[in-house]
Amino acid sequence: MPEERHPKHADQHAKPHRTTPAADETAAEVAVDTAGGAMSPSAVPASAQSGQLPGGPDTLVRKIFTGSGVVSVLAVLLALVLGGLLIAATDQRVSATAGYLFARPTDFLSAVWDAATRSYVALFQGSVFNPRGASLAVRFAPLMDTLTIATPLITAGLGVALAFRAGLFNIGAQGQIIIAGILAAWVGFALHLPLVLHLLLVLVAGIVGGALWGGLVGLLKARTGAHEVILTIMFNYIALYFLRYLLNTPAFQRPGESNPISPILDPTAIYPQIFGSQYRLHLGFVLAIAATILVWWLLNRSTVGFEFRAVGANPKAALTAGINVSRSTILVMAIAGALAGMSGVAQVAGTEKVLTDGVAATYGFDAITVALLGRSTPWGTFAAGLLFGAFRAGAVQMQIQTGTPIDIVLVVQSLIVLFIAAPPLVRAVFGLNPRRKKPAKAGKTPQAATTGGAA
Amino acid sequence: MSATATSPLPGGGMPGTVPEAEAAQATSGKPVLWKTPVLLSVLGIVAFIFFGLMGSAQTARFGISTSEDFFQLPALEIPAMAGGIALSILMLGLAAYAVYLKTKSRPVAAWLTITFTVLFVAAFLLWVVGGARTPSISLAGLIAGSVTLAVPLVFGSLSGVLCERVGVVNIAIEGQLLGGAFTAAIVASITQNPFVGLLAAAVAGAAVSMVLAVFSIRYLVNQIIVGVVLNVLVSGVTGFLFSTVMQADKATFNSPPGLDIVEIPILSGIPILGPILFKQSVVGYLMYVAVIVVWVGLFKTKWGLRVRAVGEHPQAADTMGIKVNATRFWNVTLGGAIAGIGGSFFTLVAIDSFTKEISGGRGFIALAALIFGRWNPIGAFFAALLFGFADNLQSIVTIIGTPVPSQFMAMLPYLVTVLAVAGLVGRSRPPAASGIPYVKG
Amino acid sequence: MVRVLKLELRGITKRFGSLLANDHIDVVVEPGQIHCLLGENGAGKSTLMNVLYGLYEPSEGEILIDDKPVSFRGPGDAMAAGIGMVHQHFMLVPVFTVAENVALGAETTKAGGFLNLEDTRQKIRQISDRYGFDVDPDALVEDLPVGVQQRVEIIKALVRDARVLILDEPTAVLTPQETDELLDIMRQLKSSGTSIVFISHKLREVKAVSDTITVIRRGKVVGSADPGDSTTALASMMVGRAVSLTLDKAPANPKEKTFQVKDLTVIAPNGQHTVDGISFEIARGEILAVAGVQGNGQTELTEAILGLQERVQGSIQLDNVELVGRSVKDVLNAGVGFVPEDRSVDGLIGTFSIAENLVLDRYDQPPFAKGISMSPAKVQENAKSRIDEFDVRTTSGLLAAGTLSGGNQQKVVMARELSRPLRLFIASQPTRGVDVGSIEFLHKRIVAERDQGTPVMIISTELDEVMELADRIAVLYKGKLVGIVPAGTGRDVLGLMMAGISPDDAASADRTGSAAADSRGTSSAEGGDHA
Repeated sequence: MPEERHPKHADQHAKPHRTTPAADETAAEVAVDTAGGAMSPSAVPASAQSGQLPGGPDTLVRKIFTGSGVVSVLAVLLALVLGGLLIAATDQRVSATAGYLFARPTDFLSAVWDAATRSYVALFQGSVFNPRGASLAVRFAPLMDTLTIATPLITAGLGVALAFRAGLFNIGAQGQIIIAGILAAWVGFALHLPLVLHLLLVLVAGIVGGALWGGLVGLLKARTGAHEVILTIMFNYIALYFLRYLLNTPAFQRPGESNPISPILDPTAIYPQIFGSQYRLHLGFVLAIAATILVWWLLNRSTVGFEFRAVGANPKAALTAGINVSRSTILVMAIAGALAGMSGVAQVAGTEKVLTDGVAATYGFDAITVALLGRSTPWGTFAAGLLFGAFRAGAVQMQIQTGTPIDIVLVVQSLIVLFIAAPPLVRAVFGLNPRRKKPAKAGKTPQAATTGGAA
Repeated sequence: MSATATSPLPGGGMPGTVPEAEAAQATSGKPVLWKTPVLLSVLGIVAFIFFGLMGSAQTARFGISTSEDFFQLPALEIPAMAGGIALSILMLGLAAYAVYLKTKSRPVAAWLTITFTVLFVAAFLLWVVGGARTPSISLAGLIAGSVTLAVPLVFGSLSGVLCERVGVVNIAIEGQLLGGAFTAAIVASITQNPFVGLLAAAVAGAAVSMVLAVFSIRYLVNQIIVGVVLNVLVSGVTGFLFSTVMQADKATFNSPPGLDIVEIPILSGIPILGPILFKQSVVGYLMYVAVIVVWVGLFKTKWGLRVRAVGEHPQAADTMGIKVNATRFWNVTLGGAIAGIGGSFFTLVAIDSFTKEISGGRGFIALAALIFGRWNPIGAFFAALLFGFADNLQSIVTIIGTPVPSQFMAMLPYLVTVLAVAGLVGRSRPPAASGIPYVKG
Repeated sequence: MVRVLKLELRGITKRFGSLLANDHIDVVVEPGQIHCLLGENGAGKSTLMNVLYGLYEPSEGEILIDDKPVSFRGPGDAMAAGIGMVHQHFMLVPVFTVAENVALGAETTKAGGFLNLEDTRQKIRQISDRYGFDVDPDALVEDLPVGVQQRVEIIKALVRDARVLILDEPTAVLTPQETDELLDIMRQLKSSGTSIVFISHKLREVKAVSDTITVIRRGKVVGSADPGDSTTALASMMVGRAVSLTLDKAPANPKEKTFQVKDLTVIAPNGQHTVDGISFEIARGEILAVAGVQGNGQTELTEAILGLQERVQGSIQLDNVELVGRSVKDVLNAGVGFVPEDRSVDGLIGTFSIAENLVLDRYDQPPFAKGISMSPAKVQENAKSRIDEFDVRTTSGLLAAGTLSGGNQQKVVMARELSRPLRLFIASQPTRGVDVGSIEFLHKRIVAERDQGTPVMIISTELDEVMELADRIAVLYKGKLVGIVPAGTGRDVLGLMMAGISPDDAASADRTGSAAADSRGTSSAEGGDHA
């Protein structure tokens, strides 16, 4: 095997012994995280699992330069650069100038720069601020769009993040959004109730729907031991086909319509628009903020969250300490589903106002990347939701203005998450020399190694 | 359980059933031992009520031979209700036997669940066809179509088998299939040679796998995260290039010459078996070869012994001088190449051009097939066939007009998988170290 | 004639970061000798052997074979050079057969890379016959008892023609009988020309079988010893100061018997009775120590009391309240304090802060919580006082518990369990992998809890610890209670009981058995960290 491709392995056998500090550090963190490999590693970085604020001997400066904050920013930067290169690679002018690259390299480079920046400027204008707008209100319309699109991303992302913290991989936000959407939409168009009450019932129906769909996964996992990754993936498809079936039944299909689309929800069942009818932004965003606060409190200040985190970090120790692991599994999946359910409600009662088989779009899957980017913390997820919401909103404008396909957002989004998950890679790319971790920090590894006797 | 890194713990916690089942048993205990017999009984009763008592009065007709066969067999004609009752009674018998075995504290044998599954599928088919407007179906066509639809699933699940057997969870099968499909289309279009396209698909699948390998082995990133994100990445890249490159010049970049069906004379005329074994594209034949090679390789060769050791107990392998992470890296890469070939099926055999998301979630069905097939290449092959069958049945029932909505047919593979991971698979266990990065020392 | 080889480690140093695991170690293993590396847990013996076996690269120093320097890039090189190793935790793939495990890494193949297991089976039978191992090449390893698994490990090394065999704490998992047999095998191997490096901290075994002893303490060679040296001399050399073999503790003052276990049976998922019809009582102010070789039902017994086992028959009563069938939470709330045998897996959450770990079983009770709302300030306060009281060496209660040393981790667990009023205290392997200084502290705390009038149950596989702490000693064998004997019962009698012989028979065998006295003396399960 080529050593350059696999430095970690080369380390182990090369002589004299070279160890890349980065690999060591990661290894140590994983070792702490997994009881020396006895458990599968958590989705959450070890440092994020404790409820207390990470304190300790690290200086603030050191934290800033080696900590996750800088890595996150650099990861975003790196992903944007790679995305820009992809845009440039398919640009007409870039390939034209590449033809005489050696004659006038500056042409080529400026073409590359132009292609990438044009797209990103359009992305920015489509997501935050449009300077060409006729009025101030219009200029800020993109930002409102961003917040609107971020709403379901945030709540579903919170659901995924919460489950992560309890050691569960909730790939099922997609299905949970769909089931919530079905129930909320049905309450919205089939029942006719007074103002406030109707909307409240829509919200409750959606939350309950999501909670049931998520809780069912928790129940199956707790009772039969089936793995939640497989269950949630399968449940997504089951939910989708169930929705498609319903949209072909008289109960859900819009009268006189052969397309699979539901009636429009009653006006009483729709989220009010926060800044008036000129913007799409609706009450769902305020609820998303409230949900973020709630999840923060739940995780960091409540006994329930303590249980979740304990189960996520070490289920055996949690069990021994008297925590009911089965109950926690079911509960956390139900709450995760309820949060994703809020996204479903935001879609049918806020943004779309009808139920189609595209109700969940790709929000459920995007929610996973949102939670990962947010490192499974509530406010991190909130910020990540805003960022990806901006990408989504801006991408539409970008495609119109520059012809760059929306798919570039998927590329950038997934690259960001990949880089964030591998801090040593990011630091290596930017030449940041990481300091060696103190051996005490490495916890288990050296200790296990030196424990000659019965460990 | 011991805490030491050296003990061969189960509980990698990867897509499997048993380690969690044991953990769940430690907490809740009740259902694990009984779940298979109970599930079989419930399914038996469901079959008896729906496929039997509520079966149609019509007679279902199953065509065996096609006009191209070199000898003709008469069609099977079975009264739907009577057949349904007979089959479900057999199922209930098996379920009762499973219950009996449990009371004697003996495990339910694999043959029992397999036979049960076959009977259930037969009863289901009888019920569906019997209830149709035109209760007649070509069994040969149904099975041949199922095999065709199963081809990418088989390749995908083989990729999963290779990765998980060596200790790396592969959720990125979908991305590998999609990457293979895209690359096959664009390379075959440019070179006007489908075989070059096929090769390129393997390379693309391997490339996707290498990213998985590097991130999970070198950077110790959680393997499920890498897999999930890779699927998004491949979807984004192929979608982007489709919109920019392929759509700009479809003739140059998205008109791959197809791989033709190669018919083996005489043998292809055998009823039912002929078309599925001897009337396939190159990719189809490669599928059979791949299943056999992977199975023999894993269980009969030195390479396979080492691969399985690395997936079960990497420390033990390491102390025996086996390079754990190198073995993992190359196996994951090989798995990706196989899935890539499976992806080429979409653009070189099934359809003559690439479109966005052409793999349509089949990577996840392949993942399900691998679990349903108990991490065994042959098991995965038959599971994939079953899911291909469900997929095919879905389009056929819309044509013959059954009371079952096609969406429920489409749902079947996923439902079956849920049942499988929740109990029907029985006490199969995933490779013990699957999903756990190997850190020396 | 067999190839014999001389092995020399010269100036071996191994660092993990700033931690010095081995510090310029020199050891010479002469051909055909049993060379013992004696040292406490954590002294660096296993690290040294992993360096020798090619698993770690030494930071400094060299390995010489027959006076020629060699360098091992991995275990493969070490094996090729004639070094074999039996790890403390067996390196066997449980779902493979014996033959597959033996073949792994040194497979013989037919054309095309196909395995030729027949060849391996033949070799296994040969070795098995020569040493009387009685190992079936086609048995699945996971179905074999540990003693047999260990023989498979030895076969693995012998098939690879090992001339030097490293045995890392080989007796930890064996019964006294199996230990005897192993010592015999070692002698047999020696006589056929294989040198053995025997890693142990159990003095009696070391004395019985070694030719040369090298003592290692804190990563350094502190000297050589002779097998004829006295046990106390060896012990103080190993520990680095004069060791008192007994703990200062007042005689027990047992009061009423508040904890009763009656006909307790625990059934494993596979139907096996891991605890089989056990009855005993513990009085307030008394320590009952449960002795036995690892894996004879101790774990299941404690788990059954705590409510972690599902299929439990019989009765467990504390203060006349039935505990069988109750949840773990109920049992803890009934006043049971529990220190699990494997603290890093069951007792602590490594990524949680020390403060959080100190309330792991009381996070939902006042003053730490009101309703479902927790008070981080109260959790912190509690941490400060517990850390002081138990002398946990840390700079802050906010640090992750995983960063603490083994001894300090155990103090955190003890501090948590002992900081509330208890009606019963159970500690499983309370000092496993803990440094000597912490051991004394922990033992004193346990005795203090007894003197407060709590019934105490200690489970330990270290006979020295049992003898030191116990007021009465219960011995488990294959899930059954062999008997309960008073403190002060002889080591030999306890050793026989640990092999399943009833106390009366054991006592009479001990009195009359003179011929067997030698081997029994060497075999009784023994040797604490601090012998």
